[in-house]
Amino acid sequence: MIPECNIPLASPQDFSVDYDVKWCPGCGGHAVLSSIKKTLPELGIPKEKFVFVSGIGCSSRFPYYINTYGFHSLHGRGAAIASGIKVSNPDLSVWLATGDGDSMAIGGNHFIHILRRNIDVNIILFNNKIYGLTKGQYSPTTPAGSITKTSPDGTIENPFLPGELAMGSNATFFARVIDTDPKMMKEVFIKAAQHKGTSLVEVLQNCVIFNNKVHEDITGKEVRDENQLYLEHGKPMLFGKNKEKGIVRAGSKFIVGEIGKNGVSLADVLVHDAHNLEGTRHYQLSRMTLPDYPVALGVIRQCETDVYETLLEKQIVAAKARSSVKCVNDLLMSGNTFKIN
Amino acid sequence: MAKVKQIIELDDVVVKFAGDSGDGMQLSGSQFSDTSAFVGNDLSTFPDYPSEIRAPQGTIAGVSGFQVHIGHKEVQTPGDLADVLVAMNPAALKANLRWTKPGATIIIDIDNFDSNHYKKAGYTEDPLQDGSLEGFNLVKAPISTLTRSTVAEFGLDNRTAEKTRNQFVAGVLYWLFNRDMKIGENFISERFKKHPEYIQPNIAVLRAGYNFAETVEAMAVKFQVNPALKGKGLFRNITGNQATAWGLLAASERSGRKLFLGSYPITPATEILQELSVMKHLDCITFQAEDEIAGICSAIGASFTGKLGATSTSGPGLALKGEAIGLAVITELPLVIVNVQRGGPSTGLPTKTEQSDLMQALFGRNGESPVAVLAASTPANCFYYAYMSAKLAIEHMTPVILLTDGYLANGSELWPIPKVEDLDPIEPPLVQDNDMEYKPYKRDIESLARQWALPGQEGLRHRVGGLEKEDVTGIVSHDPGNHELMVRNRAEKIERISNYIPKQEIMGNKASDLLVIGWGGTYGALYTAVKELQEEGYSISLAQFTYINPLPKNTKEVMENHKKRIVCELNMGQFATYLRSKIPQFDYLQFNKIQGLPFMISELKTKFKEILEEI
Ligand SMILES: Cc1ncc(C[n+]2csc(CCOP(=O)(O)OP(=O)(O)O)c2C)c(N)n1
Ligand code: SF4
Repeated sequence: MIPECNIPLASPQDFSVDYDVKWCPGCGGHAVLSSIKKTLPELGIPKEKFVFVSGIGCSSRFPYYINTYGFHSLHGRGAAIASGIKVSNPDLSVWLATGDGDSMAIGGNHFIHILRRNIDVNIILFNNKIYGLTKGQYSPTTPAGSITKTSPDGTIENPFLPGELAMGSNATFFARVIDTDPKMMKEVFIKAAQHKGTSLVEVLQNCVIFNNKVHEDITGKEVRDENQLYLEHGKPMLFGKNKEKGIVRAGSKFIVGEIGKNGVSLADVLVHDAHNLEGTRHYQLSRMTLPDYPVALGVIRQCETDVYETLLEKQIVAAKARSSVKCVNDLLMSGNTFKIN
Repeated sequence: MAKVKQIIELDDVVVKFAGDSGDGMQLSGSQFSDTSAFVGNDLSTFPDYPSEIRAPQGTIAGVSGFQVHIGHKEVQTPGDLADVLVAMNPAALKANLRWTKPGATIIIDIDNFDSNHYKKAGYTEDPLQDGSLEGFNLVKAPISTLTRSTVAEFGLDNRTAEKTRNQFVAGVLYWLFNRDMKIGENFISERFKKHPEYIQPNIAVLRAGYNFAETVEAMAVKFQVNPALKGKGLFRNITGNQATAWGLLAASERSGRKLFLGSYPITPATEILQELSVMKHLDCITFQAEDEIAGICSAIGASFTGKLGATSTSGPGLALKGEAIGLAVITELPLVIVNVQRGGPSTGLPTKTEQSDLMQALFGRNGESPVAVLAASTPANCFYYAYMSAKLAIEHMTPVILLTDGYLANGSELWPIPKVEDLDPIEPPLVQDNDMEYKPYKRDIESLARQWALPGQEGLRHRVGGLEKEDVTGIVSHDPGNHELMVRNRAEKIERISNYIPKQEIMGNKASDLLVIGWGGTYGALYTAVKELQEEGYSISLAQFTYINPLPKNTKEVMENHKKRIVCELNMGQFATYLRSKIPQFDYLQFNKIQGLPFMISELKTKFKEILEEI
């Protein structure tokens, strides 16, 4: 949520720190950082009102690399710290930088609960499908069968799709972006910031060192038109080099249809409704994976509903109006007291 | 009407109410304590309930009790043994008989003493016939039948009717202790304010109990406990958990920092969360987190924004919070961690008291991770120590662990109501906007506390976090020399708190044959035992510690000049071990009890006499 005010515009440079950013050269993190620095000045929020919180991991070093108030916390616990910050001071614009290990493994509990409570925090989930900082062990989003430092024979675990977990937690905002598309990132980050309630943006991020090109089948130049579906609210869900393919309905399911083939016309292509509180379609969209489907990108779900801090504020106002106890001295004297002479 | 043969004036009386969990004995107990407070008795109470919500009816496991100690003289504990026992069924009798004084008055609900009931309680023979009650003054009251016939006219359903039996018990005690029935009636009216239909039936049952006592021959003795000599003024009866919650509120008001409690329910700490959740009108936010870790982390987040962040828990929860306490240590943010100790390890004895988290509080974290540790010593002074924990946390920018225990948390005592303005002021080390001198880890030269710059403040943007930071600037640093400096700074900052806390007091002579050393919640029992021995002419003194880390500056002097020292605690000797490392010049004897029960005054006296007689 964006507080209204008239302030001198900040520039991306205002958010630079005067020491080195220590991610590996070529790490997807750099592109995200640069998009965020371009996003913040456009939000109309004074620069001292931004707080970046994180857990532990390469991606969680984020707060050190941006000149705002920052809190680099504990592995997996950033969501809980951010919750405390936002609930304590709803006037702040609170952002959480987290990794797939940080949020999907050790911090899974806090991740689902911040979404369930709908606290107005903007979460950027750097999904590189690997543990970067600890040098290459598989994570809860690593594709089944992957060979990593701790799965020499291939993982035998089913991965999470962060979107699925988010939908299961009743998230009110879920978007997916890729680290190689700065325009898409900035557009989506702005929408995430504007959303009232928890916003989750999954960034498909490349780790050049331990999981290079893990997203290549989505992000690669040759395949991206065929494999990416960029969603916009109110627009038909079209993709392909010439937008010749689209998502159409087949019973209760979605399938990919090609316009002009098998009787599919443009009118059959479903229009994206990100605002529908009933989330079945958003769930289906977030689950679409290659090769049967393109991967949905952009804002998949954005629904306005009650926000934790607002409900809390209402209760506080009501409690104050209701109670005759105005200070601790009143409290000490309330109820049964005994006078001894 | 029976003639009262005798009115016995007593200095103090211990009454124990015992029955099934559903019998409402906690209510009878608190009603009796409130009534005693009204007439000016000093008092101390302790509930004793099973960890199951409704253990099988009529069994020992299901017995729930409430002990009240009232006095004309000063009362410091709920008492070792009962002078009056109310036993609603054979199980309640069986579980409590060994905690009852020879010759005590025992009031039983005779309706529940058939063979069915006594077998359930594990008796093979009728306890009323087997001679085990010989020497007691047994009052067989048909509590269930008389209650039922009394409420018949009100048309209550059976369950509700049954529930009024505790008022029959209360009525009997009002007569026995010569209490004004008006007080009881007012209590009922207040209690059922939201269910006015229950007021009349309960009052009727209360009177029925009173009348019963007045008419039966067995109740030919009445007790009289005169008002206490305790100072004048306004008092209230308060439990340790309530006092803890209110102490935090007072600190919040005094410091101008709104209170944020991030917590997760756990016995016996839950009431702190519950109590604060109804304090929104005092700007208190409670956040019932998904687990203990999120509880403390949300509180740390709140502290970062300038709130008084606090979290409440018990042993297993403290274990979960360890990593986050370390984060508060390295980020140097104020935070109060209340740990209400219970029997461990693991789930241990959830509803029973123990002092076995001391080492965990002092050392249970990775790295060099010093925090201040305080321990409250009576139910009411939980208020003061919660306040002081918050004051030290804020002024010294550090997490503070406040140790209480199940005994203090659930116990209550009469407390002279303080005024918030009389408490020591709290001065948060805040920074002005755009202060050009501000550096995240610049320290106050005396306390070594860093300053508290809050997100949203202009010109103070900075970052904190779990990675080691460069001295003064707060930039991430792995420099070896800097790390050592920062470790030493953090330790020294805690050590210097000893310049801001009171000196350790001694009850008794500074030179004695035996110095009794205790800490925290054992105060009442140790104080009473030592006082009684002093009155008997023994050379014995008491030092009860409430500031554990750092220890008060005069701790070494306190230990000097005694022939022997004995450390008494409800664990295997954790404070004794700590003292041996901090003040190694002296020998420390130990007296330890690890039964989930508080010390009894009698066992302490026996132990101390044994030592004193050897000297
Ligand atoms: C309590 C705890 N357990 C384990 C670690 C070690 N650890 C640090 S980062 C990390 C995984 C990071 O993976 P991810 O969240 O995906 O972030 P990335 O480094 O890939 O950005 C682990 C296991 C830790 N710091 N703390
Ligand atoms: S290890 Fe991977 S995720 Fe970490 S900084 Fe290097 S490239 Fe980025």
